[in-house]
Amino acid sequence: MDTAFSALSDPTRRGVLEQLGREEASITDLADRFRMTLTGMRKHVGVLERAGLIVTEKVGRVRTCRIGPRRLEEAAAWIERYQQLWDARFGELDQVIEELKRKEKSDGRKKTG
Amino acid sequence: MDARRPGELAPTKNVTKVERKSDREIVVTRSFDAPARLVFEAWSNPELFVRWWVPKSMGMTLRSCEMDVRTGGRYRLGFGDGMDFFGRYLEVTPPSRIVWTNEEGGENGSVTTVTLTETDGKTLVVVSELYPSKEALDADGGGAADALHETFGQLDELLAELASNT
Repeated sequence: MDTAFSALSDPTRRGVLEQLGREEASITDLADRFRMTLTGMRKHVGVLERAGLIVTEKVGRVRTCRIGPRRLEEAAAWIERYQQLWDARFGELDQVIEELKRKEKSDGRKKTG
Repeated sequence: MDARRPGELAPTKNVTKVERKSDREIVVTRSFDAPARLVFEAWSNPELFVRWWVPKSMGMTLRSCEMDVRTGGRYRLGFGDGMDFFGRYLEVTPPSRIVWTNEEGGENGSVTTVTLTETDGKTLVVVSELYPSKEALDADGGGAADALHETFGQLDELLAELASNT
């Protein structure tokens, strides 16, 4: 899990995904924005497209790119919500446990429950 | 990892990790700075349990809680409006293991296994939610979880490709 994400920390590639998450763009737009040659950007786009993360469509002479069918953000958001629920839950549990620890100490290890 | 700021009084923040282990299983891991018997107590004593199981951020209020925490015992958590979570304890072994069914989802319900492992006065809590099928997990979590799994596969390919290109 972590390996995959940390490897995506390549700034250009992540930037392209983020950018396309906001709005579609042509390869020329992307190349400009990321200060790359058209050829370089075309290569990146090709890799992202083969991975299903983006789709491209050629209209006239312009190839437009947009976020693909793999709903990366949506998927990550679900796991994140799940993680947040458990983290919040366990945060509260910490407090209950701290209280039990204090009580146990003051009771001189009197058995509870 | 150990990025505690000087002067910070709060105890070390233990990290909650969530992993999708397989098509059918999600696993949550977290450490607690207390012996297992206290963690178990907080999990099996209804009065304590209701204080943490439904955090404010969940946006729900627990109206009732019945728990017969022993192997074969039943539980029911009521949230009002007929929304109840209920099931049966398949195994209760103090202070290390609690297994229960989640029956509100009918035959697609998951089985939750909580394992407490104590080491040097700290307790590692592992919560596994195992669904009868991939579809059942997706229905509960949204197909997104599956997409995530697939996406990671995709990312692995992508990264391999990137690595070979450079």
